Amino acid sequence: MPASDSQEAIKVTDLHKRFGDHEVLKGVSLTAHKGDVISLIGSSGSGKSTFLRCINLLEMPNGGDIRVAGEQIRLKPDGKGLLHPEQQKQVQRIRSKLAMVFQGFNLWSHMTILENVIEAPVQVLGVPRKEAIEQAEALLHKVGIYPRKDAYPGHLSGGQQQRAAIARALAVNPQVMLFDEPTSALDPELVGEVLQVMRELAAEGRTMIVVTHEMAFARDVSSQVLFLHQGRIEEQGAPDQLFNAPRSERLQQFLASSY
Amino acid sequence: MDFLLIFENLDLYWQGALTTVKLVTLSLLLGLLLALPLAVMRRSGNPLLRLPAWSYIYVFRGTPLLIQLFVIYYGFGQLEAIKQSLLWPFFQEAYWCALLAFTLNTAAYTAEIIRGAIETTPEGELEAARAFGMSHGQIFRRILLPSAFRRALPAYSNEVIFLLHGSAVAGIITLVDITGAARIVNSRFYNPFEAFITAALFYMALTFVVIWLFKRLENRWLGHLRARS
Repeated sequence: MPASDSQEAIKVTDLHKRFGDHEVLKGVSLTAHKGDVISLIGSSGSGKSTFLRCINLLEMPNGGDIRVAGEQIRLKPDGKGLLHPEQQKQVQRIRSKLAMVFQGFNLWSHMTILENVIEAPVQVLGVPRKEAIEQAEALLHKVGIYPRKDAYPGHLSGGQQQRAAIARALAVNPQVMLFDEPTSALDPELVGEVLQVMRELAAEGRTMIVVTHEMAFARDVSSQVLFLHQGRIEEQGAPDQLFNAPRSERLQQFLASSY
Repeated sequence: MDFLLIFENLDLYWQGALTTVKLVTLSLLLGLLLALPLAVMRRSGNPLLRLPAWSYIYVFRGTPLLIQLFVIYYGFGQLEAIKQSLLWPFFQEAYWCALLAFTLNTAAYTAEIIRGAIETTPEGELEAARAFGMSHGQIFRRILLPSAFRRALPAYSNEVIFLLHGSAVAGIITLVDITGAARIVNSRFYNPFEAFITAALFYMALTFVVIWLFKRLENRWLGHLRARS
């Protein structure tokens, strides 16, 4: 194995996913090193969200290999061609290192913002409550919604909810953050505040995998961009190269329609 | 109209009210304990769990409470097996029969309320819990149940009021609950109007207390559903 292994935050190899007869992912691979910001772009239906959701096994893949910080998620095939975890405990442990930010925020609606942020640290990681609260308050300051910490998610704007969701993700001190179209459900005037927080995280050296339609964000912030088309990586590389000199016709068409 | 008569018999009504409150409260608590596993079984993918729960709920929601009470109180005494068993001292007593009938009845309705609330849990919230590495047990305990119980509260307050009023049938099997007290007063003095109006007032007062209690619970637990202030 190459020496860079210890720096490998995530390595996904040859991932396949079918929904019924429809093959959504036809062998997608990705390697994220520590500090990488990888953007997944592509039109709807290209499989980028499904790919992201396979990494933490919210969707079970049909084939492929997933390693987080060098540790392989042990999967075994069931009778129907899906892979299943050999050990639920291992999956839970790995998931707790991969925080996810969702398109629809998915904050727990019956808990206040602060309770949302301390939930995973206290329940999953076993952090003492007092310590978790201190840390959560610092994170809420950081994303700029500390004054709303005792509000319920339903009483916040979409942008505030998504920033709370980012604080919740940061609270588990994740090795990799997965963003699933984090600004797609937001009103246009609220997109900026969320992207601003994400830019700061990238600048701090957080390892992030971001499914996004925000081309400016992908171009400015990413260390690497993957363009997915019909379940395959059509083109990948540094943002400069992809956005300024797209080789494939698909990507050229996609970029032309995205601006 | 002779309400003086009622005042003279007020003790009987108070005693009846105490019986009603004890019977209904205990049935509700036991029913709630039964309802939770029933609701979970009812949603199970395994037919061996789902079908018994479904049948139970269907039978108890499909028949009148009065019939259920009669079957338990009058019917069980006909069965030799029960008469020979250790349970017979219980089934001999109207109080325990009423408690059993009310508990089984409210458990069926409550199970359906909880099931509905569980099924309307936003899928995204469960997904987020999974994504953060929570176990099935943690998701159930920390996310699914607290969220479902809160949503179930308004419907459950109805069930509590229904059972309170339904409990009036206990008066028929010799128990001196509120209705039982009214029947005694009526049969002694033949003044049905005063006797039953008084009972009605007692039920209304209790209903008011139930509504007030749930209002407080909702204020405390349903803050997240209130309109933005």
